[in-house]
Amino acid sequence: MRQKIIAAAIAAAAVVAAPQALASEELNFDAYRQMLADGNPAELFEMEGEELWTTARGPKNATLEKCDLGLGANVVVGAAAQMPRYFADTDKVQDLESRLMHCMDALQGIPSAEIINGSFLKGERAKVAALVAYVVGQSKGKPIQVDLAHPKMKEMYAMGEKTFYYRTGAMDFACSSCHSQDGKRIRATSLPNITTSKGAAEGWGSWPAYRVSNSQFWTMQHRLWDCFRQQRTAEPVFGSDVTIALSTFMAGKGNGHEAVWPGVKR
Amino acid sequence: MKKALLLAPLALFASVAMASDLDAKVAEMMKSSFKANGIASLDRQVQDEVQKACSSPTQPDAATMKRLEEAQLATVKWPEAGNYTGGDWQEGARIAISGRGLTWTDKTPDNNGGGCYNCHAMDPKEVSAGTIGPSLEGYGRIRGNSEEIVKYTWGKLWNAKAYNACSDMPRNGFGKILTETQIRHVMAYLFDPASPVNKQ
Repeated sequence: MRQKIIAAAIAAAAVVAAPQALASEELNFDAYRQMLADGNPAELFEMEGEELWTTARGPKNATLEKCDLGLGANVVVGAAAQMPRYFADTDKVQDLESRLMHCMDALQGIPSAEIINGSFLKGERAKVAALVAYVVGQSKGKPIQVDLAHPKMKEMYAMGEKTFYYRTGAMDFACSSCHSQDGKRIRATSLPNITTSKGAAEGWGSWPAYRVSNSQFWTMQHRLWDCFRQQRTAEPVFGSDVTIALSTFMAGKGNGHEAVWPGVKR
Repeated sequence: MKKALLLAPLALFASVAMASDLDAKVAEMMKSSFKANGIASLDRQVQDEVQKACSSPTQPDAATMKRLEEAQLATVKWPEAGNYTGGDWQEGARIAISGRGLTWTDKTPDNNGGGCYNCHAMDPKEVSAGTIGPSLEGYGRIRGNSEEIVKYTWGKLWNAKAYNACSDMPRNGFGKILTETQIRHVMAYLFDPASPVNKQ
């Protein structure tokens, strides 16, 4: 029932917003986004995520209130702005999604494999997305502040930077093919220049986002997965090192700039 | 002084060794972090010579670029009897507009789009053209149809890396993105005076 109400509200918001935006002949959709910012449908996912955080679930029938996102158990405010980060308990660099997956496994007994082998927008992976919406919503207006001091963070950043320029696949594309110059577009879509600090923050800090064109909430894992699809590579594994490396590179490069979590996209 | 002289090459050696270690780790990660799905197989994660040489913010030295370009030029399949004509510009338009094909959600490797408009302006009436590549508006009208320019265009469409090893443009013919017939249609879209590309 709750799901239905959410879906209906999102559809209504999209319908109301669309006609004015379509009348615009602008090739960028900044005005569109501004218009939606006051009533970002992502808020509905934030609400769902907040409820999930405090709901006892999984084989262990536990909530996520003991989950440590880097600032201590149950500290959600400001946590997303400092991720990805190095976690001593897992001895790994984790982004928000892989950290949530770890917490769900460790605290609730929901196996990570179920999420890794699942599909976006479905099952437990959709639950992760709602939790992401809630957590990033608690970093609204905060600057990106990723701590690169740990050797494993340094290494992830360096690997992410190399990956950014790594050309492969059926069309020879790297991330840099589209994201290394200012003011470029694919079709009507503006491309952030991720080789600059401002552009990296634009890329990193506007996802996760609500996508008006398909009424879906997309996390950064989802966004990167679709980048690789369009790059014509094989399929990246959910939460795999390549996704963490690129995230660490973008977040680290964008350090100090404000993020607009959760964003609104065409 | 002597110590400093000794240390300098050692430090240089160490940083070079670390860089190549990192390259190896990245190459390994580009395989281990991916899985095959449909037509998008894991061999896509292994770089060929050109991809490898062009995976940094700076392109290789001039001699390397020249060597790579010559090797790529040798892969171009030229049309029989030097006949570049016979394409249909309307078919070419469809290929230029379509950006479909070769992803893991595509079923077959046939009927791919060329994705030209993702990066190039072509028909002046098309407003949502990308800007990563140069504008091709008025392509044939401006450049004419001398054998030299027609041959270059065929070669560029077949294997863009033959003319600039680190070009952002995919290798349509070499990479089996487009068939020879499709490339002929795109040629017509670029050169036919009746094509909207050449209308003002």
